[in-house]
Amino acid sequence: MNVVRTLSKSIREFRIPAIKSPVFVVLESLIETIIPFVTARLINEIKAGCGMDTITKYGLVLIALAMLSLTFGVVAGNASATAATGFSRNLRKDIFYKIQDFSFENIDRFQTSSLVTRMTTDIQNVQMAFMMLIRIGFRAPVMLIFSFATAFIMGGRMAWIFVAVIPILGIGLFSVIRMVMPLFRAVFKKYDALNDSVQENVNGMRVVKSFVREEYEKEKFNIAATDVQKDFTRAERILAFNNPLMQFCLYVVMIFVLSFGSYTIISTKGVALDVGQYSALLTYSFQILMSLMMVSMIFVMVTLSAESAERIAEVLREESTLTNPPEPVMDVPDGSIDFENVSFKYSKKAERFVLSDIDLHIRSGETIGIIGGTGSSKSSFIQLIPRLYDVTEGVVKVGNIDVKNYDLKTLRDQVAVVLQKNVLFSGTIKENLRWGNPKATDEEIIEACRLAQADEFVQRFPDKYDTFITQGGTNVSGGQKQRLCIARALLKKPKVLILDDSTSAVDTKTDALIRKGFKEFIPETTKIIIAQRVSSVEDADRILILKGGKIQDIGTHEELLSRNETYQDLYKAQNKITEETGDVVSASVENTEGGER
Amino acid sequence: MMDNNKSLMKKDTAKRLIKMLFSFYPKLLPFTIVCILFNAVVSAIPAMFQQQVIAIIEENWRTGDWSAVSGAILSKVFILAGLYCLSLIAAIVYNQCMAIITQGSLKKMRVKMFDGMQNLPIRYFDQHEHGDIMSYYTNDVDTLRQLISVAMPQLLVSAVGITTIFCLMMYYSLWLTIIVVGGVFIMTKVVKKVGGGSGKYFMKQQGALAKTEGFIEEMMNGQKVIKVFNHETAAEADFDKVNDELFRVAEKANKYANTLMPILGNIGNILYVILAFAGGALLFLKVPNVSLSGLALSISITVPFLNMEKQFAGQIGGISQQINAVVMGLAGASRVFTIMDEMPEEDEGHVTLVKCREADGRIEETTERTEMWAWKWIGEDGKPQYKKLAGDVVLKDVDFSYDGKHTVLHGVNVFARPGQKVAFVGATGAGKTTITNLINRFYEIQDGTITYDGIDIKDIKKADLRHSLGIILQDTVLFTGTVMENIRYGKLDASDEECIAAAKLAGADDFIERLPEGYNTKLLANGSNLSQGQRQLISIARAAVADPPVMIMDEATSSIDTHTEAIVQKGMDALMAGRTVFVIAHRLSTVQNSDVIMVLDHGKIIERGSHDELIAAKGNYYQLYTGAFELE
Repeated sequence: MNVVRTLSKSIREFRIPAIKSPVFVVLESLIETIIPFVTARLINEIKAGCGMDTITKYGLVLIALAMLSLTFGVVAGNASATAATGFSRNLRKDIFYKIQDFSFENIDRFQTSSLVTRMTTDIQNVQMAFMMLIRIGFRAPVMLIFSFATAFIMGGRMAWIFVAVIPILGIGLFSVIRMVMPLFRAVFKKYDALNDSVQENVNGMRVVKSFVREEYEKEKFNIAATDVQKDFTRAERILAFNNPLMQFCLYVVMIFVLSFGSYTIISTKGVALDVGQYSALLTYSFQILMSLMMVSMIFVMVTLSAESAERIAEVLREESTLTNPPEPVMDVPDGSIDFENVSFKYSKKAERFVLSDIDLHIRSGETIGIIGGTGSSKSSFIQLIPRLYDVTEGVVKVGNIDVKNYDLKTLRDQVAVVLQKNVLFSGTIKENLRWGNPKATDEEIIEACRLAQADEFVQRFPDKYDTFITQGGTNVSGGQKQRLCIARALLKKPKVLILDDSTSAVDTKTDALIRKGFKEFIPETTKIIIAQRVSSVEDADRILILKGGKIQDIGTHEELLSRNETYQDLYKAQNKITEETGDVVSASVENTEGGER
Repeated sequence: MMDNNKSLMKKDTAKRLIKMLFSFYPKLLPFTIVCILFNAVVSAIPAMFQQQVIAIIEENWRTGDWSAVSGAILSKVFILAGLYCLSLIAAIVYNQCMAIITQGSLKKMRVKMFDGMQNLPIRYFDQHEHGDIMSYYTNDVDTLRQLISVAMPQLLVSAVGITTIFCLMMYYSLWLTIIVVGGVFIMTKVVKKVGGGSGKYFMKQQGALAKTEGFIEEMMNGQKVIKVFNHETAAEADFDKVNDELFRVAEKANKYANTLMPILGNIGNILYVILAFAGGALLFLKVPNVSLSGLALSISITVPFLNMEKQFAGQIGGISQQINAVVMGLAGASRVFTIMDEMPEEDEGHVTLVKCREADGRIEETTERTEMWAWKWIGEDGKPQYKKLAGDVVLKDVDFSYDGKHTVLHGVNVFARPGQKVAFVGATGAGKTTITNLINRFYEIQDGTITYDGIDIKDIKKADLRHSLGIILQDTVLFTGTVMENIRYGKLDASDEECIAAAKLAGADDFIERLPEGYNTKLLANGSNLSQGQRQLISIARAAVADPPVMIMDEATSSIDTHTEAIVQKGMDALMAGRTVFVIAHRLSTVQNSDVIMVLDHGKIIERGSHDELIAAKGNYYQLYTGAFELE
């Protein structure tokens, strides 16, 4: 029931239609139950040989009732459509907004594809079930109660037989649902996996085609799809006993009435049961069945959507692990950064610290280079500065204030990170750049691009800054993408700029130009540069060597070159070609088109 | 996405869907239909028995003598019980069959879509957003479940009911039946109008759903960037736009669909009144009746006729309850059919690749595992011709354009002799990757020829052409599965030993052995549990196990640490030895030992030659090369 409470919060402005729908459905159903009485009277009148005026009288009453029922029905139908689709809109919105509030830690916890399914398939399921609930869900009980009531009024004591079959029905339905629920839960997981495999295939199409593995992929998919089919069929076949179960109950009632009812009438000479009651029982048993069918249909729908609802609620209940402080600091005084005895691990349960005993003080405006092999936790290190993760022990300060005291937005506006796994979004270059500053003028954009060495190639595009970037930025090269990402970060005019290996695909010449620009045009900004190439950091004020989550050494290029073995090895490895050819090192040209054109 | 706009549901969608279901289950589906019909008919018979039993009771209830009539009544009850049993059996059977058919059909549809998708040209994947393609498999196929399992049987039952009642009506009175026909006519008009509107919007809804899915997918993938840029509010605003549009069309679609039920139900009620009037009027005016039964119009006809109309309306109500599922399902089906109807990649090639061995200086085809391959085609004399696979690739005067308007490559000439290493170097948009995409025929050239061992690649079967080419893409793509499975992707019948040997050649063996479960370590989505460099090494091993005579390597630009990069470079070098290789270079350091370096600019080759020759020529290459030098 917790799920219901979580989800129902999203009804909000659609509460009125959500209430209107059942109210009018009930009214509609009531009128629909009155109509047969009127028609029965009319038939009796006709049988008795009434005149046209009587028919007219009843006819007008009937038409009026039909009109009322029509109106109520349409109102209810519209209201339920609005309520259900509105509810699903709000659910989607709430999930999306919720995810926007997620910290990196939260984001790591959910898979992209599973979030997408939750926001589409699962919400569609819930929408359908909800609409059914506020329409048929009210119609069926009204009809059922009414049919029961009339059966008792018209049929007398023998109507208890209807009550007698209810336990059979109840136990039957209950066991069907009990058997089916775990099956559905399992099959939804497989279904996710199946969709994952389609997605993987769509994304890796070039590899599939290059290796001519179409047939192999088809076979793989067929196996997965068959697996899903098997489980779904098993669940559906159990559900399929619903309908025969209903029919069975009806038949039991019918046989009972026909045999025992006949006996009662005749043996009591119509005292305990008369012929009228007898035929009424037979008539209403059919109506009762129909309403029961509707109820079972709702059961099935709700059963099907319960798992979806649970998956949606899971996201909605997820609490962001990072929150704004109650009285946030709204201004970052300068770009100095202090790490005081910082240790960090990604989750409380993790055994190993990713970073340990980091103690470091960076002056405002300083340029810091960071070098370290895979697994040295360079990225983890810098992600603590804009508080993408919270430290496990110790304190990180920016501008001499603990990052936990800042307003998150303020902090992240002033500490710009160009992530290693960077993304451009579908839209024009200009739109993408304005992520950094929505109010940036065209001049500011061009200025930032000049600084990031991006202006030159953007100007060469036919549409210049209005060039459309496709999803994932596949129509620009890796190097171009990185430079645009840097420009996007520069537009923030941050006090701290962090480049997490953001120039790896940029050639050394351009790389150097970018760094030169930083020095000349944004000297006040603290710059932290993570790189693989020694050449990218050698002119930094200080270079940090990280190893296994610890600071191994720190110093200038010259200092490290003279005393640090790791640094010497790295420098030598990257300058090997120079020695052999007598030429320069890591001469590199930039990658041109996106590899995945 | 562009298909959504011409969204009007195609008329033959329903027909095609039904046809497809029959083709999936040519025996089971007709059998199920028979069961459904049987169940529908048997469920209708008891009413007759009831009437008979009631008649007996009406005659005898005053006697109080049960034993006198028990025989007559109980025999009827027994027959009835027998019929009920049959009906129950039919119900159980058809419900079980429908469950099997529904899920089976959904699976077959999915497989059909997937199979079709495998054969689509790369161009299709360039032009469609991946989230949008995904939506066919999720949102659209999902709509079919309700349609097939519930709506279709219900429609069938209702159709039987309607026909039966209609015949009975004709039996009683033609005049009154005509009135019913008039009512039905109005109903169909309403269904067309309202149902059509609903269909239109359901179609739009499925389109909006696909768009929303695409948007969500993109945003979720870039969620960390959104956080870093404080772009949450803007993302929310953008999301609201697509979400509100989805809401708008979904609300309209459902409103239309929900309106249909009360309208149809109450047309039934009004029809009832009109019939009562008409019946009465006919009685009063003593209009001669026309009917199949030849009975004169009397109260005994009017009254059952009115009851029949009730049942008639009830059946139509049954149909209208399913309208929602039908319209939405058809909208889904219609979209599913659009992807099935996409034109597959064409392949008019006839030259195939076969294993061969050399005997007496002649090439002989063999089924044995040999290291030798040959091209095979049927000569003019009807006899198979063979040519040894060597790896000689020639591009002659090749022009190419992605869209038919902007030419990307102009008159490109490339000659690669077997075993040569050809490197492409050049600035943005120069067309380096494009050239390699033409050699494996991901795209078709506009003009010029590309030949492989002297054979025009258009004549070679695509599958065989691609088998003879190994490709290492810039962005590594790995699949869910074990490391071993990923390596074996290059050659499906490779033994474990062969895979391990390939991994050793690529220099990947070291780190794989150190993984928790070695070669049996499971890779998560695209190998996210491995480092960038490790993934590249696996992709090199994958190409190595395929052992193709020609390799195309698009150097990765992604950052890997210097140590790993050295290993990757070594693996690449090992793989390149003895093959014709095309390298798309991003570091000049890796191209220096190439046999030929092609410098591309704006789709033209502006310089070609070895490293030393190009340096000596002091042209563009020289400038590129020394550009970095100046700055140091």
